[in-house]
Amino acid sequence: MKIIVCIKQVPATMKVEVDAESGTLKRIGQNAKTNPYDLYAIEAALRIREQVGGSVTALTMGPQQTEEMMRDAYMMGVDEAVVMSDPKFAGSDVLATSFTLFQGIRLLGGADLIICGKQTTDGDTAQIGPAIAEHMGIPHVAWVSNIERVTTDLISVIQKTGSFIQESEMKFPCLITVDKDIFVPRLPSYRLGLATANKNIRFISFKDLSDKNMTRYGLIGSPTKVEKMFQPESSDGQEYINGTSIEKADSIFELLKNQKII
Amino acid sequence: MPYPYHQINDDDITYFEALFPSNRITRKESIKKEYFHDEMPEYGIFPPDLYIEAINKEEVSTVMRYAYQNNIPVTARGAGTGLAGGATCKYGGILLSLMKMNKISQIDYENLTITVEPGALLTEVAEVAQAGGLFYPPDPGERTASIGGTVITNAGGMRAVKYGVTRDYVRAIEAVLPDGEIVNFSSNVVKNTTGYDIKDIIIGSEGTLCILTEVTLRLIPAPKYTWSIIVPYDEINACIETVPKLLQMSFIPTAIEFLEAELLDIVEKHLNKSFPDRNGKAYLIVMIDGSSRKEIEQMINEASAICIESGAKDALICNTDERSTSVWSVRAAVLEGMKADSVAQEECDVVVPRARIADYVKMAKIIGKKYGIRIITVGHAGDGNIHTELLRDEQLSDEQWLSNTTACLKELYALSKELGGQLSGEHGIGNGRLEFLEDFIGKRMYRLFQSIKLAFDDKNILNPGKLVVLEKIDLEGIK
Repeated sequence: MKIIVCIKQVPATMKVEVDAESGTLKRIGQNAKTNPYDLYAIEAALRIREQVGGSVTALTMGPQQTEEMMRDAYMMGVDEAVVMSDPKFAGSDVLATSFTLFQGIRLLGGADLIICGKQTTDGDTAQIGPAIAEHMGIPHVAWVSNIERVTTDLISVIQKTGSFIQESEMKFPCLITVDKDIFVPRLPSYRLGLATANKNIRFISFKDLSDKNMTRYGLIGSPTKVEKMFQPESSDGQEYINGTSIEKADSIFELLKNQKII
Repeated sequence: MPYPYHQINDDDITYFEALFPSNRITRKESIKKEYFHDEMPEYGIFPPDLYIEAINKEEVSTVMRYAYQNNIPVTARGAGTGLAGGATCKYGGILLSLMKMNKISQIDYENLTITVEPGALLTEVAEVAQAGGLFYPPDPGERTASIGGTVITNAGGMRAVKYGVTRDYVRAIEAVLPDGEIVNFSSNVVKNTTGYDIKDIIIGSEGTLCILTEVTLRLIPAPKYTWSIIVPYDEINACIETVPKLLQMSFIPTAIEFLEAELLDIVEKHLNKSFPDRNGKAYLIVMIDGSSRKEIEQMINEASAICIESGAKDALICNTDERSTSVWSVRAAVLEGMKADSVAQEECDVVVPRARIADYVKMAKIIGKKYGIRIITVGHAGDGNIHTELLRDEQLSDEQWLSNTTACLKELYALSKELGGQLSGEHGIGNGRLEFLEDFIGKRMYRLFQSIKLAFDDKNILNPGKLVVLEKIDLEGIK
């Protein structure tokens, strides 16, 4: 069983700087960490490997500093770590990123199962996983909250959509994105850190990919145009509401309505 | 001794109702039951006769002056999160809540202090300090505790290993004495040899000497990085024996906590919180503060290597907020988990010299077995304050539980004394450990305690019957 987990490095704090020109996050030089949702994906992959055997490859697209995140993935127990890094990939939106990752997966010889986190804490689109599956022409289930059964041929998963619960069974190859709390992610191990300190991390650049159509990559290959990106304003203002319970409930309702919250 | 106390009557109530608006005074029949006890109802449930909320020191003074003149017992109360049965009206009287005295002043950057009223929550003080780029280290686990409560009980918490306890952060105290006089203990100075250091006696006096109305607390620069390792072991002894080795590192760890795997089962079963590792029978959780990324990585590596050399299976690193939360949220849930997993609980809060922790844990298990009581050891291994939880399972009758826990506690306290320890590390005496105190500290020391109490409170009206009992009071007669 060959499993590829797609992971992303995200800013470690909520105080992020935005590049005014491209409307994208400034990543270089920032304190960074693995997207917390991707830790659930890694954990799911490692548990499946423990159950049915095989290998887990962590794949990411990003600048050179993502190497640190891949060391962390090794310390969690993945077998291989692959970074797709090239200035040509910079500024990618969902479409270009998912296409680039699809190209990476193809270069790695494909996979039986691809696992992504439900979403990232910076982009928040929750679309990369399903988009990769579409590029590859394989089935997928997003927001998986439980893995019911895995064999060497198929996987059965539970997806909670809010209004209903769906159980799906897919034959490999396929892709899932996992919700948080599917498992508690294991922590990076000091022992594994020592054992993998000199382990190679494979870097892939544009020239390694089979599809060299530049209009599919980076800012050029990204139809999404970010008009403006900014930190939401926060305030700690307080408003006291007086009156009877019914009057107070009415006041709160009006207040929320005026703020367009309800 | 002016006992029996004056029973509050309509005249007294009329007096106070004229002074306090109706939303800050409650008659006996309308007082909510949560004010009858603290977090350990096992240590006594006592309804007050009158409940008053003060909003400033003058009101506290007015209440005390009247109580002193009329011989009415008064117990001051903060958030009520204590674990010793301390903030309760053992002899009825007035329960004086300080929760509405909750102002937090601006940080004084020139003195690196913050001045707060007793009803401010610990978590609020910590947040204000953090927002100002500074750090208030005491963290007794219960973040919703009132700051006044933490000072008057000298709250400890896990960070004591590196940063010490609440007493180490109190610069000055403003308080009301039992006769209503407002006094100041020390001032905003770093050192003070102006006679007896009464401030340090007030801290930890459990509301038996005076009522805090304002405290000035020391702040320190905030650490830039706080990481932890969780360290699984196959057996408890190797786990606990690692602690003294960690204390010999080239730096002082912030906290060293000890957990048995059985507790992880309990927390998972009752609270649905899972620990990120289940390969050990016992765990250390080591928290480390560092000033740079490079420094904290070196510290983590040093601590991990020592643990591995001492028989640990691995050292698992929490280097992000999410990872830390996945570990510390389980640690924070153990008390709640144990409450859910047993019919009743009793807690032994002894503290022993850190070199003797392993001996204590080994012996405590043997003592528990002898009395048929389920014993779980958990907590602050790094400062010798291992909490020994005595859990009651359903098969024990009321009489068996009571007699067995008392006998078991006596042996545990004797063990602590033999190892050079103390009866309580951070929860205090209150009402719950009162019966064991005199035996533990000896008659001469107990007389000193009584003298201190009388020096402040000659009528014994302030939180009477807690921490120390005055000889001439007939306890049986009061019931």
